[in-house]
Amino acid sequence: MLRYIAKRFAVAIPTLVIVSIFVFSLQKMMPGDPAVIMAGEQRDPQVIAYLREKYHLNDPVPEQYAFWAGRAVRGDLGQSLRSDVPVLDLIGDKLPVTIQLAVMAMIIAFAIGIPAGIVSAVKKGTITDYVANFVALSGLSIPNFWLGIMLILLVSVHLGWLPASGYVPLTEAPLRSIETMLMPAFVLGTALAATLMRHTRSAMLGVLQADYVRTARAKGLGERVVILKHTFRNAVLPIVTLSALLFGELLAGAVLTEQIFTIPGFGKLIVDAVFNRDYPVVQGVVLCTAIGFILMNFFADILYVVLNPRMRESL
Amino acid sequence: MSVETVEAGGRANGPANAGSGDGATVLRVSDLSVRFAGQPVDTIDGVSFTLSAGRTLCLVGESGCGKSVTSLATMRLLPEKAARITSGEARFEDRDMLRLSRREIERVRGDRMAMIFQEPMTSLNPVFKVGDQVAEAVARHRKVGRREARERALEMFRRVQIPAPERRLDDYPHQLSGGMRQRVMIAMALANDPKLLIADEPTTALDVTIQAQILRLMRTLQDESGAAMLLITHDLGVVADIADEVAVMYAGRIVESGPVETIFNDPQHPYTIGLMSSMPTLGAPKGRLATIPGSVPSPFEFPPGCRFATRCPFAQTRCFSEVPPFERNDDGHGWACWRTPIETIAEAGGHA
Repeated sequence: MLRYIAKRFAVAIPTLVIVSIFVFSLQKMMPGDPAVIMAGEQRDPQVIAYLREKYHLNDPVPEQYAFWAGRAVRGDLGQSLRSDVPVLDLIGDKLPVTIQLAVMAMIIAFAIGIPAGIVSAVKKGTITDYVANFVALSGLSIPNFWLGIMLILLVSVHLGWLPASGYVPLTEAPLRSIETMLMPAFVLGTALAATLMRHTRSAMLGVLQADYVRTARAKGLGERVVILKHTFRNAVLPIVTLSALLFGELLAGAVLTEQIFTIPGFGKLIVDAVFNRDYPVVQGVVLCTAIGFILMNFFADILYVVLNPRMRESL
Repeated sequence: MSVETVEAGGRANGPANAGSGDGATVLRVSDLSVRFAGQPVDTIDGVSFTLSAGRTLCLVGESGCGKSVTSLATMRLLPEKAARITSGEARFEDRDMLRLSRREIERVRGDRMAMIFQEPMTSLNPVFKVGDQVAEAVARHRKVGRREARERALEMFRRVQIPAPERRLDDYPHQLSGGMRQRVMIAMALANDPKLLIADEPTTALDVTIQAQILRLMRTLQDESGAAMLLITHDLGVVADIADEVAVMYAGRIVESGPVETIFNDPQHPYTIGLMSSMPTLGAPKGRLATIPGSVPSPFEFPPGCRFATRCPFAQTRCFSEVPPFERNDDGHGWACWRTPIETIAEAGGHA
């Protein structure tokens, strides 16, 4: 098992290098000269020349990459061009917000999507199945921003149950923090629940045909055990991989949802940075998201082996 | 040959019991019919047979003749929406299995009535340890703790002669060979000492050498427990090996049944005769069918009369329009054919 983990980890490294090259070249691909942007309104040629020198912008591109990557490895992602705050500090500020939102959204997605998928597979072809599928399709089709606005109108403005916006750190007031995050997490979670439901349903339908499910019934086990233990335990494997991808996507930040509920997360950070041509921040956020994705896949690979004894052989 | 009509009129298929079993009747299936969704007729039509304690009945026939469906219907393991039981009764321990509630049937399944399937490779759940899968069957039906259930699983592993049983308990199915997996399935099925064991082609997926081992094992275990066994197979070698009685199925009906020696030595139904002569080890008696031409018709093509008529070299007009009654003689040998005894026709020069 340890060897497998080490192997998965080793595989992640080249991926990370490729991602970092891509992230670095963002700066080269973005229009405009960074030194000019940094120099501010006056565009003093001397200042620009100085900045070019300072940030190694006159060096050959590979050397620039080495310089950038070297600093990044040491945790130095540069300064924000706008606020002069270290990029790492900005990320450190926003990442917990995004993680909290992602985790809450995932919990909601699991809580809705998986039971709905199981039920609609077991009740395939019945009215329950059709209703579940219709709701899931609606969940996939309704844009998040629209659902968010409607929720604010209903829950905050009309019923006054939850705050429409604002963010309180989890460490400051946990309950209040969860309360403010509930609606955005619901908006994100329901969309993912629809995806999860569809995948759970098809995975369950496949496994329900398996001979070993018939064996479980032949043993005299009740339907509950047949479905939840013998069937779901096998159907969960593809769902693990899917969940990792979905969670990775959530880590990238939910731009629209964060805007609507004014949550200071990754989505807002990257949008602001892109508009401001604040590319050290863009680079930092993208790199961070990519690492998050790679980590999630790494965990999914490990969990997959833990859940699937057939995979353990090959370790 | 004189034939005594035991069940005149009625359905085409009479009881397949040879009446020679000394044990008490364990399972009596009568007039079982099953219809699949979207099909014009009952695919399984009026199947009847009886099983006694300690005896083995082999249900024989080509693939698709309804052997498995019959056994699954008895266990109530058919998908209810796709396959409807349209008539019949399956008396087991004085209760009709076909009319029990789901809860009641679950209490019988895996306890007093157990089943082994054809595919050991796919019949065990890949994500659970085999020992746990056997113990689960024990814990389901007996008031025992985890430890005792595991003890019982270990005992069963010994009984089915799995080498190093203590270690095998914690193996996953993929770590075992096909033969070992089938032993695990047998251990699981017999863990609660069932009165009736249904084995659906238990050796078909295995190597020939392993087949013999598994059959011998099943035979031994049956002798020990005195259980009745319904063995489904298309392999006449297996039948000769293990059966007390044989019921030959064709296209969802039992066409002939009786004690195993009678079926092998004196088959009456043209289909049985064909089946016997297509078995290379026995050799085809001269002048009889070597192969059966054609294949089993689909339910859409079943003639209203005898379902074998479309392939039968002796078929007459009547065979196509009228269902022959199942008639049984004193020896418990019975068949459903308008044209028997065939010898006289053959001697008289083919088709009359």
